[in-house]
Amino acid sequence: MEIPRHWRLKKQRYALIGEVCPHCDAKIFPPRDVCPECHREAKDLFQFSGKGEIYSYTTIYEAPSGFDSNAPYTVALVKLSEGPMITAQLTDVDAAQVQIGMPVEMVTRKMRDDGDERGMIVYGYKFRPTLNHI
Amino acid sequence: MRPVAILGIGQTQVDEHWDKSLKELAGEAAFAALNEAGIKRADALFVGNMLAPIVDGQNQLGAHIADWIGMWGSEAVKIEAACGSGAAAFRAGLMAVAAGEAESALVLGVEKMTDKAGHDVTSALATAADADYEVEQGVSFVGLNALVMRRYMHEYGWKHADFAPFSINAHANAIHNPFARLHQKITAEQFEKSSMVATPINLLDASPIGDGAAAALLVPAEKLTGRKIIVAGSASATDTIAVHARREPLFLSAAYASAKQAYAQAGVAPDEIDLFELHDAFSIMSALSLEACGFAERGQAPRLGLDGEITPHGRLPVCTRGGLKARGHPVGATGMYQIVEVVQQLRGECGVTQVAEARVGMAQNIGGSGATILTHILKSEP
Ligand SMILES: [Zn+2]
Repeated sequence: MEIPRHWRLKKQRYALIGEVCPHCDAKIFPPRDVCPECHREAKDLFQFSGKGEIYSYTTIYEAPSGFDSNAPYTVALVKLSEGPMITAQLTDVDAAQVQIGMPVEMVTRKMRDDGDERGMIVYGYKFRPTLNHI
Repeated sequence: MRPVAILGIGQTQVDEHWDKSLKELAGEAAFAALNEAGIKRADALFVGNMLAPIVDGQNQLGAHIADWIGMWGSEAVKIEAACGSGAAAFRAGLMAVAAGEAESALVLGVEKMTDKAGHDVTSALATAADADYEVEQGVSFVGLNALVMRRYMHEYGWKHADFAPFSINAHANAIHNPFARLHQKITAEQFEKSSMVATPINLLDASPIGDGAAAALLVPAEKLTGRKIIVAGSASATDTIAVHARREPLFLSAAYASAKQAYAQAGVAPDEIDLFELHDAFSIMSALSLEACGFAERGQAPRLGLDGEITPHGRLPVCTRGGLKARGHPVGATGMYQIVEVVQQLRGECGVTQVAEARVGMAQNIGGSGATILTHILKSEP
């Protein structure tokens, strides 16, 4: 597994660091060089709150390599409260309880083993139902 | 640019071809197309393929296949756009002939994917998605489409069963196509009870992979006399690679853009399309494609299936040879199967699933979850 690649992504994975467009104030995640709203350059870092709600979800039974041992697990499109949408696994929730519109918050969890000889473990963001939500 | 015609076609059955290598499959389809055209070799070869570097450990397919079929010395290159590779190669061949850079171009889509185990193929297919922000989250390619389907059902109020006609039609048509992978009918009950892949997508929503190759030979239309099949429209467009980055995740904007351009080039409106070989990798993709191309209002495409409009005798026949769902989906070859099937319809060679008086046919090939979409319109002209 490619260690530099995971190292490069650590700000996004551990702290949801995206960008804010200096021209139109759009919040951008994942980071990209061109603002999707105004098409100008975007480079300023911005930390997202990690709060959002479920736009859609799926429980995966046939998983890609590296994730087989976790199946079935649930992946969602989460609409972050600052605007952008993100693809992430759900955790600390029974798949049958998940609903579109459910408020969720980011947590850091183990994503997967590297499956080969180096024994590296990849951590990253997942989302769970917001704890103070009644 | 000069008009371009399709002079020959060829295809292998989509199957698990354990006894044949990638180049042997490619050769079968290529020789069939060359034989139909009555020539030994073309000026240039364009190969559509997605997975050979990962699954077969073979890259540089242009030279590899040119070598195998005896086109030594010719220009030959591979074109990759995930599951849209086939049509992307076709468009490259088209441009070469249209521009006068080649007097003949052989276009070939080929994929050999069943040598590897299922989860390895699942991972290989996921390379079409965003590696850092989709795949690393554990979402499979099916999963991405499942996210779209769930939201679509939620927004427009459809049940899973409402998508059954797409798969039922595809299977019913494939029975009459000897090149199809699956040759059995399915029922609405089976569609509801099939095993789950990624909720709400089950096995009968999803197209099966397979090994296969399909080819077409392109020449300047001015060289042909009599009735001929011409490429009347060809366009390609892109969208964000990740589903989550789309302004409207339930709308295939690249399908809309490429179809609009192809309609304009061909001088036709959607209601003049006699048949549509669409990219039914998943039942939800059929619905989104029909809506983006102007055949149904947003959120209303399942109605076309439920009303029987998509069968060979309906108002807009789709997947007349089985579609991805039942002909099979050898990913990088699929776009070329679609082109070959439209040619068969325009020639009137489709027997039981022949669309009456087919003159204008459309094919749409989708890469990834909608990031690259190519639309082609073929016409039979006197
Ligand atoms: Zn901006």
